[in-house]
Amino acid sequence: MSDPSSQGEALRAEAITKRFGTVTALDGVSMRLAPGEILGILGDNGAGKSTLMKILTGYQPPTTGRLFVAGEEVALRSVDHARALGIECVYQDLALVNGLSVYHNMFLNREKRRAFPPFMLDNPAMRRRAQEILDDIGVNIPSVDLEVERLSGGQRQAVAVARAVGSNARILLLDEPLAAMGARESALIIDLILRLKAKGDLSIVMIMHNYAQTLDIADRIMLMQHGTVTYERASGETSVTELLEIIRREYRARRAA
Amino acid sequence: MSAANENGAVRPSPFAGRLLGAFLRWREASIIVVAMLLTLYFQAANDNFLTEANLQTLSQFIAASAIIACGEIMLLICGEIDLSAGHVFALAPFIMHFANQAGLPIFLALLAALLGSALVGLVNGLITVKLSVPSFVTTLGTLYLLNGFTLTISHGSPVETGGSEAFANVMGASGYAEIIWAFVIVAIMHFVLRQTRWGLHTIAAGGNLIGAAEAGINVARIKIGNFILTSVLAGFTGIIEAFRISSTDPLAGGTAIMFLAVAAGVIGGTPLAGGSGTVLGGLIGAIVLGVLRDGFTLQGINAFTFDMIIGAFILIAMISNIHVGRLQRRGGR
Repeated sequence: MSDPSSQGEALRAEAITKRFGTVTALDGVSMRLAPGEILGILGDNGAGKSTLMKILTGYQPPTTGRLFVAGEEVALRSVDHARALGIECVYQDLALVNGLSVYHNMFLNREKRRAFPPFMLDNPAMRRRAQEILDDIGVNIPSVDLEVERLSGGQRQAVAVARAVGSNARILLLDEPLAAMGARESALIIDLILRLKAKGDLSIVMIMHNYAQTLDIADRIMLMQHGTVTYERASGETSVTELLEIIRREYRARRAA
Repeated sequence: MSAANENGAVRPSPFAGRLLGAFLRWREASIIVVAMLLTLYFQAANDNFLTEANLQTLSQFIAASAIIACGEIMLLICGEIDLSAGHVFALAPFIMHFANQAGLPIFLALLAALLGSALVGLVNGLITVKLSVPSFVTTLGTLYLLNGFTLTISHGSPVETGGSEAFANVMGASGYAEIIWAFVIVAIMHFVLRQTRWGLHTIAAGGNLIGAAEAGINVARIKIGNFILTSVLAGFTGIIEAFRISSTDPLAGGTAIMFLAVAAGVIGGTPLAGGSGTVLGGLIGAIVLGVLRDGFTLQGINAFTFDMIIGAFILIAMISNIHVGRLQRRGGR
């Protein structure tokens, strides 16, 4: 199923449609993600961003449409299946468990176990590896032994990202990585995302709300409205003003109708 | 490191501070102190408290609630509760009795009883998880159902527990057999909670259900498994109690033992909210409740007064748990 035109392509979706009963959440969405690229997806609530994300993570199958990972067509059966293909998602509601330590969270459901007895957790190995991963991507946490409830929102988000990266993700999906974060916290995460990009082998899709931040971080932006992609540009070729104008036009057209 | 200083909440001398901090961070610390103070008090008030004979009685007070608490704590951690455990306690020895009567050797009859208990746990778990009925309601239903069932099959009257004397001794009849079982089970469950994936995933299911599911953890399996575990432990406890008193009573256990087990867990530091907890704390909670009951019995305090004291104690323990927890969070690192 490999397609020669797909050289240097991390992820491609073609004409993805998702219907829930009579509601069409996604209506023929196509997208393409190059290796090492950061794609920012913008759009109002209900535009279909989260539905698209759920399809890319294997959480839900599309009603129709095709998905390609590194040029190979795939039908994602489950989150685990997507993960095996190197697709990792960091969710908005933070899939961290407050009562567990940083390193247990980073290895949640991927725990290392001892050679003997095999049912026993290998905590020292997980603690060591967690610290390595955090050091590697430049995340500074007081101690990997801390329960994550003692961390700040930014640190928690960073741990969640580190968890995804530590599992050898090649495609990282970030669902509102800067939601509910102050300026300092946002800067921490933006730095992290840019450092990950600098490593070169990771492609990132971000769902975002803030237009200015998105244009700052992303290589390319995609605007979604009512289940379709209405606008797509390299970040350098558009501006916040232009994006807002598109939204405003749409909003007026709707009100008039 | 900064939190304590910023808040200025805890600032004793550096060394004592570190020692105090380490002790406070140790979850079970406060309840161990309480257990020791109570023991000292009762020993001071009554010379008979720390005698061989009384320690044996005390161990029997403690064992049953400690074993069931292991199950209830796992359920509380993953966000559930089992109100029917005390009635599985009553049912299991009857299953053993009837299986034995039907010709099964006592050992196999015991296994059959544990299997029957597991089945109750499976039903509790399936109804709760698959049909989305809150476990409080599910197990309230099975509580009445099991009570009626046990009374029906037993015709409401006790029978003598079967088995050879040697078997009965191992299973709880000899002096310390029951507490040894309790210690072994607590040790195993403490290990399961702290050192295995099952324990980690139980905490994850209770701490962040959606997050755990998103990480690919089969939370339904975890919850149902813990319902089965609780039922089996409750059934097993019912059986060893039946061996200890060599009588199988349809009115044994019930809500009293179930609430005692939940109270032991809660006093030991497992919050009802889920997401955290300690099996070791449950054992110490059971010891505290056992010491209280035994100590006041020796003092000749009547049962009504005793209930008031237990009630007040649970309230105090809960309040201090919540606030010591807060102090720990502030003082920690």
